[in-house]
Amino acid sequence: MLKFITKIAVVASLFVFSSVAKAADPIRIPVLNWSSQIVMANVMAQVFEEMGHTAELVPAESASRYEAVRIGDLHVAHETWESTMALPFYAAMDKGGLIDAGSHNLITFEEMGVPNWVIDEGLCPGLPNWEALKSPECAANFATADSDGKGRWLEGPYEWHTDVMPNRLKGLGIDDLWTVKFAGSADALWAELKAAKAEGRGTVIFNWSPNFTDAAGFTFIDFPPYFEGCRLENGGTLETTGCGSPKGWLKKAAHIKFPITHPDAYKFYTKMSFTAPQIGLMADLVDSQGMDHAAAATEFIAQNRDLIDLWKN
Amino acid sequence: MLTNFKNSRPQQFSFLFIVFLLLYFLVPENENSLLWRLPPLLKDIPLLINTLLDNLMFKWLTVPVYDPDWQMYEDKPIFRIITRSIADFLLFLIIFIREIFLGGLQTIGSITGGAFKELKWLYLPAVPWTAVVIGLFILGYRLKGLGLAFIASIGFFYVSIFGQWEPTMETLSLVLVTAPICFVLGLSFGILGYLSKKVEKTLQPILNIAQTMPHFSYLVPILVLFGIGDHAGAVATIIFATPPMIRLTILGLKKISPEVVESGLMSGCNRFQLLFRVLIPTARRDILIGVNQVIMQCLAMTTIAAFIGAKGLGFNLKVALNGLKIGKAAEIGICVVIIAVVLDKLSLAWANKQKDYFANLNFYKKNLATIYFILLTTILGVIAYISAFYFEEGFNYLYLIPFGEGLTIAPILDAGVDWIWETFFYYLNIFNKFLITNVLFVMRDAYLGMPVVSTFVLVMGAGYIIGGIRSCIIVGALILFIALSEYWNRALITAYMATFAVGVSAILGIVTGSLCARNEISAKFILGVCDFFQTFPSFIYLIPVILLFGITDTSVMIAAIAYASVPATRYTVEGLRSVPSSLHDAASMSGVSNFQRWKSIELPLAFPHIMLGINQTLIFALMMIVLGALIGTEDLGQIIMGCLSRPNGAGIGLTLGIFVSFICLAADNLIRTWADERKKLLGIE
Repeated sequence: MLKFITKIAVVASLFVFSSVAKAADPIRIPVLNWSSQIVMANVMAQVFEEMGHTAELVPAESASRYEAVRIGDLHVAHETWESTMALPFYAAMDKGGLIDAGSHNLITFEEMGVPNWVIDEGLCPGLPNWEALKSPECAANFATADSDGKGRWLEGPYEWHTDVMPNRLKGLGIDDLWTVKFAGSADALWAELKAAKAEGRGTVIFNWSPNFTDAAGFTFIDFPPYFEGCRLENGGTLETTGCGSPKGWLKKAAHIKFPITHPDAYKFYTKMSFTAPQIGLMADLVDSQGMDHAAAATEFIAQNRDLIDLWKN
Repeated sequence: MLTNFKNSRPQQFSFLFIVFLLLYFLVPENENSLLWRLPPLLKDIPLLINTLLDNLMFKWLTVPVYDPDWQMYEDKPIFRIITRSIADFLLFLIIFIREIFLGGLQTIGSITGGAFKELKWLYLPAVPWTAVVIGLFILGYRLKGLGLAFIASIGFFYVSIFGQWEPTMETLSLVLVTAPICFVLGLSFGILGYLSKKVEKTLQPILNIAQTMPHFSYLVPILVLFGIGDHAGAVATIIFATPPMIRLTILGLKKISPEVVESGLMSGCNRFQLLFRVLIPTARRDILIGVNQVIMQCLAMTTIAAFIGAKGLGFNLKVALNGLKIGKAAEIGICVVIIAVVLDKLSLAWANKQKDYFANLNFYKKNLATIYFILLTTILGVIAYISAFYFEEGFNYLYLIPFGEGLTIAPILDAGVDWIWETFFYYLNIFNKFLITNVLFVMRDAYLGMPVVSTFVLVMGAGYIIGGIRSCIIVGALILFIALSEYWNRALITAYMATFAVGVSAILGIVTGSLCARNEISAKFILGVCDFFQTFPSFIYLIPVILLFGITDTSVMIAAIAYASVPATRYTVEGLRSVPSSLHDAASMSGVSNFQRWKSIELPLAFPHIMLGINQTLIFALMMIVLGALIGTEDLGQIIMGCLSRPNGAGIGLTLGIFVSFICLAADNLIRTWADERKKLLGIE
């Protein structure tokens, strides 16, 4: 009996102790599941440690991390893509607790497109002009088992842009030839790229740049130009909703207390601004050269020492 | 005629089916008709849940807490303060164990409040991997013998030389914290449930829901309550892994015959002694199965836990899959299985070890193993320290083989996948097209074209025939809840996928199970295979199926079938093996053939147990179908997955999770009632 009570007492005191004695507050950086994001997280962690902070990499999920940043469980969310993550980003900002720490020095492009070999093999003559999609022969080359003979557009998960792509097909008047399928995850998009190539079947997928697919060659389709309000959900009409995607930003989000708890780290974070080739290099170090993510980050810092030092001061 | 109808189930079912078909074809498709679809009266439930959660986490019962960063008082809700201190406790334990294996500064840092951050010599060194392997060898030998010693040490040796040591230890530290917590919680609630009927009654539905709800539906609430990180992963794991422990504890305690209790009382036990000295030791077998289940479930959660911040194998698996590196992912999966096997065998051996009350040993003899372990660890530590000078390129292979620096069989596995693709793709593609156009889409349209009234007639009718008015009402109420939401059509799609997956898995499982149950060796082998696939992270199937079948429903179905065949096979083997051998002999003497014996004797006797397997199959299939949303589906899973990114996703996610759970519960009610009745008829209990 006494032993039992002692055990309970030990657990209880550990409990109290552990909640009181917390480690020196590390800067918590989310890591997601694609290379450039993980390497950038490692770059930041290494720089923060150079500056005398402790940094902790926390596995996270791309959309739900904004809620964690908002509450303060994460300090930063350093790769925020406009078209896929703007929704949760602004939702968290609305609730209060998340701040916008500026953008990276690049314009992101997110659009439906085809891998270059599709054009090279002439599966749809006339691409990247969208008018080429009007030809039934073209659409037939993009048909899959479940598309009912129509060509298939593989869009990202539905939450990314909801009904934009189905509306675009209607707006362009080609919804009798093409149909939209929503993939469940980015992984599914890359698997489709690989599968379609192996099979020699044409594929139109939603993709973005900079991305690791740039290396293998990927061409975005030229749609009618985007303008504010052209889409149906922004008050556009069926005539205008065929417009393409806007050029987008790549933002950095931070927790509202980050500037107070770690002022110098926050300053670095706002100054930090990568370009497309730099982000491409981060991905390349891991994907093509087979480096470990942390080693790739060290290599990246070594190659860009001047820039990093500039941002640190 | 009428009495005949009353007693004949097949007749009743055919009558029900005819009524169903009549309604199906007679009720016109009309969105405004109540017979076609019910109005979404309950569509505010997600909002209500959201408001409730929001208030609980941010508004109710706030106390002012001084925030040194802002230099002002901030109102914090008590509920969240409590959850956060639980989280801190969990995190402390996880990091403590992790730093034993991997080294680190955080534990010491948190004890001293970060005062010695600059002193690098305080950095806790890791136990060299060689010492861990030797330690496992000694532990295994001590608990059971050479066999276990080799299994345990070779398993971890493999992990190390394949360069997965770091992530494996990260996962292991999570499991070593969560599994004991699940065990203690499970045992305590189990005991409470055994002692009080009321507690058991309240626990039952909670357990049912916790076990059948898709994991993704409760990730966001956990994220907010406990914060992102290993501790959140631990909480999600505890929610999922504790229920089987509770169930098996209650089951084990209930089975104890009253004579045992009486003898305990006669020997003068008080309540406390009766429980811990008599009842629990007697129920040990079931409790042990509970421990085994806890470990399996903990490891099955590794990948899901990575979604909310758990480090380790699960996270690396996600990264590998994003890069389409199937071979690497499979290698990681094998490590998960290895931890499961080693932990399972060690814990079983530990629990089965009888205490030797009569041995009269001196201190040296008693602690021989510990002494050896300490001695060897010191020697290996010294070797590791010296070898640091020998391996100059930065990796000390005798201390810790870094991630990605070990051997790898990934290229071979990848080549295997490529080979399968090149060899079978053409045929698979034809099969895929056929399946989609002639089976899956037909089935989907049939389900979507079902008027709500005919669905209810079918489901409630089946309930009435099987379990009388009680089952009829329970099943009806569960389904009604879904029908009154906006998501009925999506639920129908989920139901169509579940039906197909369960159908195929059941056939596959029963056939394989029956074939393998013929003799002992093959039965053991197939149960081992089942164990493997139950712990092997099901995420890994997602990418290869896309490569083979594209982003289609077929892919989801194949993945679901691969995962859901496991319980069907397992229960079939167990059911058939438990048919008493005297019956076999009796049958053989009556001159039946092998096939006749299987069909007319073994199968009917094993059928109640197999039906419970089908029940599990449904749960497994639904889990995988929800996960299939990562491939691309249009069912409930798609929304559950999407809730991770929606601003008010928590409410919708939980509601839809409960819907999926209700589908399971409705099926569970029918199957269980029927199986119980069959058992009574057959006189087996």
